[in-house]
Amino acid sequence: MTSTTRLLLLIPFCLPPGSLVGQGLDPALLTKPATDAWPTYAGDYSQRRYSTLTQIDTSNVRHLSLAWVSRLTAGAGGGEGGFFGPPGTPAVTGGVAENPLNIPGATSGSPRLSGSILQVNGILYVTAPDNAWALDALDGHVLWHYWWKSRGGTHIGNRGMAMYGDWLFFETPDDYLVSLDAKTGQERWHREISDFNQQYFSTMAPVVVGDHVLVGTGDDLDAPGFLQSFDPKTGDLQWRFYTVPMKRGDPGLDTWASLDAAQHGGAQVWIPGSYDAETHLYIFGTGNPTPAYTARLRAPRDAHTNLYTCSVVAVNVETGKMAWYFQTSPNDTHDWDSTQPAVLVDGMFGGKPRKMVMQASRNGYFFVLDRTTGEHLLTMKFSDAANWAGRINAKGQLERNPDKDNTIAGSLVSPDNGGATNWIPASYDPQTGLFYVVLRELYAMYYLTTTDPRVMVGLGGSEQDVVGSLGTSVVAIDYQTGKLAWKYRFEGTGGGYGGATGLLTTAGGLLFADDGSGNFVAFGLRGMRLPVPLWHAHIGSIGNAPETYTVGGRQYVLVAGDGAVWAFYLQ
Amino acid sequence: MHSRRRFRFLGSMIFAWATAITAPQAPAQVPARPTPAPPAGRSERAPDYPERSPAPPEQLARGQQLFKGNCSFCHGSDARGGETGPNLVRDQVVLADQHGELIAPVVQNGIPGRGMPKLTLSATEITDIAAWLHSQPLSDRGAPSTLDILVGNAKQGEAYFNGAGHCTQCHSVKGDLAGIGGRYEPKMVQNLVVSGGGGRRGRRSAGAAPPQPLATMVTVTLPSGQAITGELDHISAFVVALREPDGTYKSFARHDSIPQVVVTNPRQWHIDMLPKWRDSDIHNLTAYLVTLK
Repeated sequence: MTSTTRLLLLIPFCLPPGSLVGQGLDPALLTKPATDAWPTYAGDYSQRRYSTLTQIDTSNVRHLSLAWVSRLTAGAGGGEGGFFGPPGTPAVTGGVAENPLNIPGATSGSPRLSGSILQVNGILYVTAPDNAWALDALDGHVLWHYWWKSRGGTHIGNRGMAMYGDWLFFETPDDYLVSLDAKTGQERWHREISDFNQQYFSTMAPVVVGDHVLVGTGDDLDAPGFLQSFDPKTGDLQWRFYTVPMKRGDPGLDTWASLDAAQHGGAQVWIPGSYDAETHLYIFGTGNPTPAYTARLRAPRDAHTNLYTCSVVAVNVETGKMAWYFQTSPNDTHDWDSTQPAVLVDGMFGGKPRKMVMQASRNGYFFVLDRTTGEHLLTMKFSDAANWAGRINAKGQLERNPDKDNTIAGSLVSPDNGGATNWIPASYDPQTGLFYVVLRELYAMYYLTTTDPRVMVGLGGSEQDVVGSLGTSVVAIDYQTGKLAWKYRFEGTGGGYGGATGLLTTAGGLLFADDGSGNFVAFGLRGMRLPVPLWHAHIGSIGNAPETYTVGGRQYVLVAGDGAVWAFYLQ
Repeated sequence: MHSRRRFRFLGSMIFAWATAITAPQAPAQVPARPTPAPPAGRSERAPDYPERSPAPPEQLARGQQLFKGNCSFCHGSDARGGETGPNLVRDQVVLADQHGELIAPVVQNGIPGRGMPKLTLSATEITDIAAWLHSQPLSDRGAPSTLDILVGNAKQGEAYFNGAGHCTQCHSVKGDLAGIGGRYEPKMVQNLVVSGGGGRRGRRSAGAAPPQPLATMVTVTLPSGQAITGELDHISAFVVALREPDGTYKSFARHDSIPQVVVTNPRQWHIDMLPKWRDSDIHNLTAYLVTLK
């Protein structure tokens, strides 16, 4: 081989990531609103889950029909094939476990699809715990399937993949970040992202920002939370930001009873954040303090607010340093983390234009902040039922009513453990100026089950029995006042999580939602008036938030549930 | 936090609730099935995290004795933290340690500046201590509670029952509530006070399963004026379905307000009370009802 040929062969490997084209992701897509792709967890960095597409609108949505449905099977795949079908496609297999655990839904059977699905250049990228697939967006045909042999970890869900050029990234319940080649599903590398011994488990969809893969993890023991940044090319750790003080001199330490309490204080980072390209700030919500159900050892005094638990936090993606924070629930005792989407909105507030971030929190309150400074702008209750807070303090934070903690005799509290809302995506629609979120108004009796706070590690020491519900609704919040423009209650959701899988709005005047009775519904939005259901399809259990994009110039609406992906378009 | 087990618990609660509120368990002529016992934690499948194989009892006894003599002064006799020493059961080093190999350097070198002294313990002794530490349950999560929830005043509960609570409009201590205190654990009685029926046995509660609630009824009036009444099976904005008294299943498509649908939940009072309760009234009512043996 001549030296010239060798040089020519090397050229494809030397291209900078920005020039990756073909099947891969053009990174510029990540900073634009979603149209012909769904390139990141929320469609774009703002987490508005609002699409500018107008092909499907209030006038024609009643003609929406099934384009295809693709049923997926978890696990190694292969086999001899069924009576009617060809042999199954064997999965590309990875993972570190010699004797992988058998976990239905991850090693076999119908996978738990409850995350975002990427769509880039006509290919869909789908995940479930320990599983990843590439599907043709035109017919749902499986191009490849990757299966991770698991050593365990809490298999509650997987919220999706991130993409950089031709590379994909996703997390496993046993705490690895795995990178795949998008064309083949072959593994590029895997990196351990948190300590399995401390019972971390990882579900978050990574978020790619520039040359950073941002990764969080979760834990139900008393372990510290953190956000990490990895190099997409090499998998090397770039920085780690702890969400609790880890050593003497760390900011926020004086809000904990002791350093030991802080180091075991939780604040897990298990839901993707938003990104503001102007300020280079990645903005995300943090989890509850631990032990979850008692403050006696971590926060014996009022000054012990337990930073930075239950907070909206802004971190510079280049440095990994915190720019600002706002704590929504100081010293929480109900396991109501603030890991709800932090939605970026540019609009008027108090008569002047503002760059804001908004969150409807699990605790039943809605917050508006200035996203460049963290300045508090508004706190308003969006759940009528929420009864746990004493008052809103001067900083706009909620103060607990101690009578509504877990008590030995039992306290009737709303929300229940699942929260007024949860990780499920909300949506902001700039056409109406309204913020939409699914609201659950359940009540539970909260019982303290021990008098010794030292045994209340993690989620110990509490029993919660759901005793009633005012139902589940979609509410529209006017962010300028915090008042509800309307509340649409899903009938048939007496006590349920029903409907609580996330929302999508479009410039076609539509709101897509799951009604909790198995129906995928398109509502026509009418501003401050109640929306009207214009179209629905009963597809059974729905597991994720709807998405929309165009392929070949045609607008699709995508949703997943019960191990299947459903695509709809106008016939 | 977003633990799988908690959501499963919630899911089954919600299923029970959705059933309780929107649909009867079965047609009226079929006896209601007792609510099955909740699944026993994670035992139905492999644990999420590897469980350590149990150490021999004599090693655990030695380890406990050594811990008592050398460590408990600071870390508490159960290793869950004392006046000066942290909780070791949830400690990062202890969680990662297998047989004392990570604990040994800490014990033998101490932690200068954090008050942890050097201790002269042999490798075998530290292995024994490690074995005992690893045998300690991480958390009491899911453990049965032995605490007495009865703090209310039965006399005041009785007064509330017959007066301000208007309970006698639907209930009678000689009728439907006769002997309720003998049938259910106090926690179940209290949960029933609020819920009005249904739900399920608490995650850890002993005693009988809760009674099935009265069925939610629905009347569907067609444009022709014909009215069909039965037990609500399920309802959405698009369909309402019911079972007539003879068990016949009927469902109707809904378009805006046609047909007319009226749902009657016999527990509506309990739902309307949810935002209004004072915990003290709940506690007092419970204290009163448990006296009805």
